Amino acid sequence: MLERRDGCRPGTVDRTRENPVATVSPGPGFWGSMDTDAPLIAALADDLDASFEGLVLAHQDRVYSIALRMLGDPRDAEEAAQDALVRAYHALAGYDATRIRELRLRPWLATIVLNLCRSRLARRPAAARTTLSLDLALPGGLEPRLDERRGPAAVTDTRAAATEWADLLLTLPPAYRSAVVLRHVDGLSYPELAIALDRPEGTVKAQVHRGLALLRTAFEAAQRHEREEMTA
Amino acid sequence: MTTDDRTMESALAGLGAAAPASLAPNVLADVGLADRYARFDSPIGPLVVAWNGLGVSAVEAADDDATFEANHLARTGRPAHPVERVPDRLAAAIARRLEGDRRVRIDLDLRGHTDFERDVWRKALEIPRGEVRPYGWIAAEIGRPKAVRAVGTALGHNPVPLIVPCHRVVRSDGTIGQYSLGGPENKRTILEAEGLDLPEMERLAASGVRFIGSDTTKIFCLPTCRHARRVTDRHRLEFHSMADGRARGYRACLVCRPASAAVAA
Repeated sequence: MLERRDGCRPGTVDRTRENPVATVSPGPGFWGSMDTDAPLIAALADDLDASFEGLVLAHQDRVYSIALRMLGDPRDAEEAAQDALVRAYHALAGYDATRIRELRLRPWLATIVLNLCRSRLARRPAAARTTLSLDLALPGGLEPRLDERRGPAAVTDTRAAATEWADLLLTLPPAYRSAVVLRHVDGLSYPELAIALDRPEGTVKAQVHRGLALLRTAFEAAQRHEREEMTA
Repeated sequence: MTTDDRTMESALAGLGAAAPASLAPNVLADVGLADRYARFDSPIGPLVVAWNGLGVSAVEAADDDATFEANHLARTGRPAHPVERVPDRLAAAIARRLEGDRRVRIDLDLRGHTDFERDVWRKALEIPRGEVRPYGWIAAEIGRPKAVRAVGTALGHNPVPLIVPCHRVVRSDGTIGQYSLGGPENKRTILEAEGLDLPEMERLAASGVRFIGSDTTKIFCLPTCRHARRVTDRHRLEFHSMADGRARGYRACLVCRPASAAVAA
């Protein structure tokens, strides 16, 4: 489970050129799993100001990705992610060391960013809040990070497909969207998901499955639509 | 393209995105773990201002980026990252403050400084534009009348000159004293730009005049107090000491509180 299947490993992408601050890579395959967070949590409990940058660098990609897949708009997503990490700092500053050591960092951060995404969605005009039209041209910036080794053709295909999946995700009702995003984009385990969404494990499992079913239906509808257009 | 669970899940797993390069620096600046800085123009030439989510942390003479960043890191323990320009709201607030509007709020990040230093700087903030107070006045006002030298040192360490107007604190003999932001010449330039009559101030000081009284109100003030400057020549008296004024039945101004200057003098 901890290994991504598509060769698209966020942790191994070299971001140092675009971001001089991001020289720490969270490691292959997964964004800071529970085990890799242990030293970070110990450091946060010991000296928040000295170690908070480590939290930002280790978790910014996943916090941003959750926001991006919940909100769709990259600018909105960056604001929500920034807000979430700033809130995380202030919350940690108010916790004593024991409380920080007991923290489940991954679901905790997911909860913070998700709540901010929900309130952003709620502030949007009603028309923009409901499902997006499937053939709506989406703004740039939705493309996920790619594995460049697979060559330009594969890259283009992957990008087109990923953009399509990202668009489809945005058509899901927020409750299902958040469950699917946390489980399958962010890669939280079901126990972590239960913490992040503050629901029993059974409930979040059902939400994920229902979300995937809706996504599949939407995907198939889009395929049909495409075929009809080609044959028309 | 089939839509079995594996395909779909792997497509979703590929939707992770790299955070924009600006995210981490913005977060760290917001929480006050890193600073931003930019250049701005002042009456004494180009300056650098640094700030973070807590407030303005530094104002100093413009140097090259590398030197500023190294000095800032050494002084505050925080990295500073350059940005194109000072944000509009902050720039407007600084401009209004320099014009003498003390109501405009500018948050300051003065972490890492002593209570004494902060007391000195807070008191300096009370001195209006176009007026000056002696070092001893600050010392007396903050309840440390003997700490005149320490007040001078604290003002010299003021990390946010111009915003905290340490240039409005002068020696009790009327000479202008030191200035951390590029030396005494800059202090003269700023005080003159603020409308202070420096030659007159120096003339009074040289002739031993410490206070100005008004024979209509029977009140005496520090020479640059706005109430002293309003007194017309016909009603104006010059005193060399508090005792001098009191002996003639005058009382101290409640605004500039000349007694504070006299205690330490």
